[in-house]
Amino acid sequence: MDVLGHFNYWVAIALAMVGLYAVTARGHLIKKLIGLSLFQTSVFLLFISIGKVSGGTAPIIAEGFTVYSNPLTHVLILTAIVVSVATLAVGLALTVAIKRTYGTEEDDEIEALDRAEDEQ
Amino acid sequence: MLLVFVLATGIAAVWLRNLLASAMLLGIYSLLMAALWVVLDAVDVAFTEAAVGAGLTTALMLFAIWLTGRQEKPPVRKPWFPLAGALITGGLLIFGTIDMPKFGDPQAPAQVHVAPYYLENAEAQTGVPNVVTSVLASYRGFDTLGEVTVVFTAGMGVVVLLGGLRRRRRTDET
Amino acid sequence: MKDYFVLRVMAKLLIPFILLFGFYVQMHGDYGPGGGFQAGVIIAAALILYAIVFDVGPARRVAPMWMLVALSCIGVLLYASVGVATMMAGGQFLEYGVLAHDPAHGNHLGILIIEIGVGVAVAAAMLMIYFSFAGRR
Repeated sequence: MDVLGHFNYWVAIALAMVGLYAVTARGHLIKKLIGLSLFQTSVFLLFISIGKVSGGTAPIIAEGFTVYSNPLTHVLILTAIVVSVATLAVGLALTVAIKRTYGTEEDDEIEALDRAEDEQ
Repeated sequence: MLLVFVLATGIAAVWLRNLLASAMLLGIYSLLMAALWVVLDAVDVAFTEAAVGAGLTTALMLFAIWLTGRQEKPPVRKPWFPLAGALITGGLLIFGTIDMPKFGDPQAPAQVHVAPYYLENAEAQTGVPNVVTSVLASYRGFDTLGEVTVVFTAGMGVVVLLGGLRRRRRTDET
Repeated sequence: MKDYFVLRVMAKLLIPFILLFGFYVQMHGDYGPGGGFQAGVIIAAALILYAIVFDVGPARRVAPMWMLVALSCIGVLLYASVGVATMMAGGQFLEYGVLAHDPAHGNHLGILIIEIGVGVAVAAAMLMIYFSFAGRR
């Protein structure tokens, strides 16, 4: 098996797992959002790695170049980055709103407060 | 080399308990990612990542942390279960990559499907040399309309979430 | 942060150039890297720099919230109305070829207009998000 040929994919997967770990294991809501954005960028890395052609250049048509990298993946990721910042902003806004309402942003404390409210 | 740096800053951003440092590391991570995109020929993506990831996201993160609190509390339970879950998923995914085409292979399925059509015809059909722009705006115009709507909705959502609270607090005070 | 002389002068020096670069990226997206998304974020970043250095109040006077909401609506509607216009001209939704006599020309024109729509909508939405966070203090 070719290690160098798949190294990009493996780094993308490792980043995705770091993100997954942060989302599942960490209790702080902002930390979860950081993990979510790590996961997102790992997907970007996977796509751009798939689109790369060795010896290619950026997909702007110019004389003297014949090999270009795949423009389709670039388009998909370009829009995905802008959407990712939009989702992150909504998530942060929700976190701020939760902090105002509950006074904490750790998910176990929020759960405890919810349960206490249910019992009343 | 860049990949290793990216991985290191990513792990560090999750590892640290100080959220302020975490947010700064995320900014550095984005900037490194932007450099990586240039290396991988995705200049448009690099541009966006540098402007959005390193600039805007960091500013928003800092504001959110400043509004909530900068320290994460230490964990109450050992995170063995999520760690095992992540490792198993990662192992399965790596097993899946063994069948993937080699990095940079010109004959990979992704390279021979629809991309050559764009590269050959985009300039003649749209008069725009930057293929990324022409695919973004013309061939996938619907898609981009959807993305703009998402951004617009997110902006409205944040305004409603944070602005609505302020109005309620004002009525409480009076 | 407006007490720091160096920051104030540098911000005042830089902001016009950032804005100019934003417009350049917007209009030059067909030939080099760039386009509506990037330009929108860069223009928003210029105003955010102003807001960080000179406080949020003056920045919000430059771009009040109602204007941002209106601008982001205008951006999205500009994009969609190009699609409607192409339908009126006899094509399909967002088929720019019918906008001019030469299909390639029409495509170029359509791309330019919708990129402006994207840029306006993204810049306004980003500023909306930033101001609602910054206005919470």
